[in-house]
Amino acid sequence: MMNLLPKTKTGINGLDEITLGGIPKGRPTLVCGGPGCGKTLLSIEFLVNGATKFNEPGVFLAFEEKTEEITINVASLGFDLEKLQKEKKLRLDYVRIERSEIEETGEYDLDGLFIRLEHAIDSIGAKRVVLDTIETLFAGLTNLGILRSELRRLFLWLKEKGVTAIITGEQGDGKLTRHGLEEYVSDCVILLDHRVINQISTRRLRIVKYRGSVHGTNEYPFLIDEEGISVLPVTSLKLDRAVSSERISTGIPSLDEMFGGKGFYRGSSILLSGTAGTGKTSIASFFINEACNRKEKAVYFAFEESPKQIIRNMKSIGLNLEPHIKNGLLQFHSVRPALHGLEMHLSTIYKIIKEVKPTTVVLDPITNLISVGLVNEVNSMLLRLIDYLQGEGITVMMTALMKIMDERTDEGVSSLVDSWISIRDVETNGERNRALYVMKSRGMKHSNQVREFVITNRGLELVEIYLGPNGILIGSEREEQKLYKLKGQELKDQQNRKEMARRRQENAMPKQPKLKSGR
Amino acid sequence: MAKKQQTWELRLYVAGKTPKSVTALQNLKKYCETHLKGQYKIEVIDLLVQPQLAEGDQIFAIPTLVRKVPQPMRKIIGDLSNEEKVLVGLNIRPVKAI
Repeated sequence: MMNLLPKTKTGINGLDEITLGGIPKGRPTLVCGGPGCGKTLLSIEFLVNGATKFNEPGVFLAFEEKTEEITINVASLGFDLEKLQKEKKLRLDYVRIERSEIEETGEYDLDGLFIRLEHAIDSIGAKRVVLDTIETLFAGLTNLGILRSELRRLFLWLKEKGVTAIITGEQGDGKLTRHGLEEYVSDCVILLDHRVINQISTRRLRIVKYRGSVHGTNEYPFLIDEEGISVLPVTSLKLDRAVSSERISTGIPSLDEMFGGKGFYRGSSILLSGTAGTGKTSIASFFINEACNRKEKAVYFAFEESPKQIIRNMKSIGLNLEPHIKNGLLQFHSVRPALHGLEMHLSTIYKIIKEVKPTTVVLDPITNLISVGLVNEVNSMLLRLIDYLQGEGITVMMTALMKIMDERTDEGVSSLVDSWISIRDVETNGERNRALYVMKSRGMKHSNQVREFVITNRGLELVEIYLGPNGILIGSEREEQKLYKLKGQELKDQQNRKEMARRRQENAMPKQPKLKSGR
Repeated sequence: MAKKQQTWELRLYVAGKTPKSVTALQNLKKYCETHLKGQYKIEVIDLLVQPQLAEGDQIFAIPTLVRKVPQPMRKIIGDLSNEEKVLVGLNIRPVKAI
């Protein structure tokens, strides 16, 4: 058996995943980035997690902020540093270096710092150390020769001491850190970044190097919210989740038929694409209603309509969602996409899902999110979301508006989804009808037929399209064909014109309100 | 001198008997004898013995000389080899004619 590099878990959501187990144990790690990118927070969370989750006490040596300030700053994240200090699980020390108070003359070394650090480490048996940010020394001291050699000695000393350390550094021009700290800390370097693109800010994290270990090399978006930092790996590194072979109904019997009579796989992802007004929301509502009928919890994320609007509209086609909301099975979450950035949307969705633990989730429509992000960003967000949901075994149905949907989004998502239903408008003989077909459905027999999709005030229905001598017959032409079969040619000839006109009117009238409701 | 009655309280932080610390103490004694005769107190603190004291005076470099009294507190780091700098740093008016 080979000796792999031992690692220390940071306990930060997602970071341990992309570093495959944490930062190098007993060695210093450099965390660098511009101002306000979350360096201090990341390092504090590393210590707090160590103290609370892994039974590893930690020392925080602050050069920039006073310990009281830090305590107050992180209290909003639920970190009680005072309590941890009393329990001897954490020790904060503020090293004040004030240029104006200090005069340098002759030779000196930083033994005072070493002694303080050692004293702090030994007093609580610390395994983790944070130096935030040691570069302040460069501002306070003028003798760079001494400083550089002392820093080298400090990092060697930390290694000898066997503590896992995080050293933070301010990003410099064209360099990782302003004073080249990366020269000294060479085991693991993590770069944090805070960018604003199209007025929406995104934080990103990248592992620049990690000696002796494989690691994710991408830039990973991360969030700072009331629970601290969470890094969201774009895709989980493995595809080894459990799969279910249980089938669940779509809520529409005739749609189930198209999927071998049994519907979708549980835990699969379904994409529902179509042009405007083709009834995507209606299908999604029937699907979620069916889940609630099975007494399962479900969450409907609406990015376009308010819950009340959806409920009212669904009532018009004979679907009442209200009882499910009342007994707590169904939850609606309506958010305007522009309310916050994609990452925040993702985290909100994560949080709600963690809280509610649904078996079924509907996202309606995913294409609206493009208004807040670039196409590839939306793509990667959906990728992560689907990944997460599938990992949790949650069935997800997403709707997508085809006209807005960029082909790239399409491709990105379509390779991820298990089943894809497409609805199209078919315009013939002055009528607009809906044609539905299954684009793909992994691992099951599915119909290759195009069906006519009819919305009535009793619900949704799929009708077989007639393939006559003149091609596909849809809408009233199909009705006519049905009549022709039933009553025979003679009768049909007589009634032809009359019947046509009547059917036309019948079809057109009740459809009027539904056109609005069915999105 | 204006503050004749005042006793200067000086504290020298060292870490063991390193050459730098020894030089610093020798230098300090020499300057005090020359310029502050009879009105100074030197306290030497060895941080290897009392590491907990480093935090109080914000010591990070060794050796560090701290002027406790008169206020405000001043700090000089290094082996104090430059007399002029030490005197300026401590704000001692040198006794000229020697």
